[in-house]
Amino acid sequence: MLLALIRRFGQMVFVMFGISVLVFLIFFVTPGADPAARIAGRNASPETLEAVRKSFGFDQPIWIQYLTMMKKIFITQDLTSFVNRGWKVVPAVFDTIPVTLSLVIGAAVLWVVFGMLVGILAAATRGSIIDKALMAFGLIGCAMPVFWLGEVMNLITQSRYHDTWLFSWVPPLGYKPLSQDPKGWFLTLVIPWITLAILYIGLYGRVLRASLIEAMQEDYIRTARAKGLSETRILLRHALRTSLISFVTLFGLDFGALVGGAALLTEVVFGLQGVGKLTYDGLQNLDLPIIMTTVIYASFFVVLANALVDIVYILLDPRVRSA
Amino acid sequence: MTDAVASVRLSRGPWATALRKLSRDNAAMVCLAVFCLIVILCLLAPAYASFANTDPFRSTLDATVEINGQQVPVMEQSTEGLGLGYTPIGPTWRLGSYFLGADNQGRDVMARLLYGGRNSLLIAGAATIITLVIATIVGLTAGFFGGITDTILSRILDVLWAFPVYLLAISLSIVLIAQGIDLGLIVLEAGSLWLPIFIIGIVYIPYIARPVRGQVLALRQSEFVLAAIGLGVPEHRILLRDILPNISTTLIVFAPLMLAINMLTEAALSFLSIGVQPPDASWGTIIQDGQGLLYTRPWVALAPGIAIALTVLVLNVLGDGLRDALDPRSKIRLGGD
Repeated sequence: MLLALIRRFGQMVFVMFGISVLVFLIFFVTPGADPAARIAGRNASPETLEAVRKSFGFDQPIWIQYLTMMKKIFITQDLTSFVNRGWKVVPAVFDTIPVTLSLVIGAAVLWVVFGMLVGILAAATRGSIIDKALMAFGLIGCAMPVFWLGEVMNLITQSRYHDTWLFSWVPPLGYKPLSQDPKGWFLTLVIPWITLAILYIGLYGRVLRASLIEAMQEDYIRTARAKGLSETRILLRHALRTSLISFVTLFGLDFGALVGGAALLTEVVFGLQGVGKLTYDGLQNLDLPIIMTTVIYASFFVVLANALVDIVYILLDPRVRSA
Repeated sequence: MTDAVASVRLSRGPWATALRKLSRDNAAMVCLAVFCLIVILCLLAPAYASFANTDPFRSTLDATVEINGQQVPVMEQSTEGLGLGYTPIGPTWRLGSYFLGADNQGRDVMARLLYGGRNSLLIAGAATIITLVIATIVGLTAGFFGGITDTILSRILDVLWAFPVYLLAISLSIVLIAQGIDLGLIVLEAGSLWLPIFIIGIVYIPYIARPVRGQVLALRQSEFVLAAIGLGVPEHRILLRDILPNISTTLIVFAPLMLAINMLTEAALSFLSIGVQPPDASWGTIIQDGQGLLYTRPWVALAPGIAIALTVLVLNVLGDGLRDALDPRSKIRLGGD
């Protein structure tokens, strides 16, 4: 088991190293333009370009450039933006993390609870009209672009039906910190949570239904039936337990993917100043240091999250341990 | 003799069986028809533009349109606030004259929607082909030759796979979109449609290459491949004649799902303004154009979103149908974001 843990840890470190090299290559070595001009942003003065060249060591060998960049991002954390002069980007990224985590964790709670409900209900009523309707809604849920769904939600709750009893409680777009205004924090996040969760409820419902139906063919289910247990009990206590494995695997992957993607689009649409919105603002201003920093930190978070899921597996599942 | 011929006629090949199974799947056939219809409509975009007598790529702030015998300006002076802004005309629901209204530059949204659909489908389709081809080559090489080749390719795939798709696409786009790239053989100019195709094609390679490699690893140990190796059949022939046909079903099943995921990715990148560049349109850029008009003229943003959702929906159902017809045991995930 210790060997499996060490191997997984080694793999994680290697992937992190690989990602940092890849980011370095993309931002500094891609042919086409002077990297200093890219980092300095639009219409930079010659003095700025010179400052960038000196600060990133572009006259030095390529591996020293790589080490300089890593040092600036992780050790001294003094990488500064040249578009917003002197703005230290690493602390700026750390400041936005609570917003992204609030969004993703809240949505995750919603989609896990409702995804399980949908999956169990559909599997229990397999072939019926309820099952078909739930699966159809699930398909529609996964087909919508998240930013578009967010805009539709804004249209409904902020404009068209804002003055009705149903949505009059929806506050204007923006984020309120949990520590200062818990009620405002909750209210501003409800609609973004629902938007993000809708995409995943359908997906998780479909996956859980398929895996439950597969589990119901197993021998131990026949044994449970032969013992005279009720169908509900068989479904919830016997079939669901094994089906949750695929559900948990998927969750680990998607939680990471969210931090690196769908959450970005949701934050932009709802004006939540999280890591994704920070990246988006960097994109609009062509501010490369901020994008480099968010990309590296978010990717490392995803790799770490995936490794943690696997390590939990190694600790829990004897079959994985020896593999 | 006649009996033998009859039995040969009766037994169908695997492809014919799969095709029959697919043609009996009503949902999949309806979705195939809808998808073909969407493609045809988008291809007819120039015909619609000339019928509506409009140029979807030029801003026309002083145009007028005839409604119920009256000339109505397309861009109306705003009556709210200081009266400085303009509000584009809303949907007339009459084909040929601003069916879905105009956007903030007075361009016909319906015409742009059809032209945008061409770009969205083209980008998603070409990116799917790039992904499938590169992933197949990588997966075949890694799985068949093993050893150091496999180790290197697998580690590269591990890194790409762990890199969040959107962040990788954003990193590539921000560097490439302004200046383009010149790799000697491949020259991609800034603003060219090939840039988003290339970027989307690259980011999903590990999602196909990893399962292909796994399948090839298993096939490598199968009796018929071992027999071929024992007979001294050259490696390239084994790869092409024995292994490739066996993974082709996986690739076919992946194709519509990949196309769906690529549609969503293209839309997201264009929405973030790092995909299709103006004045070109795609469904993602039209949603972005409509964002500023969301509360006054919601159809500018609503229509392309419905188009994307419908296309992705039919592709996903089609993919499910193909999977059931070709390989009922395989489990392939639908893309969600």
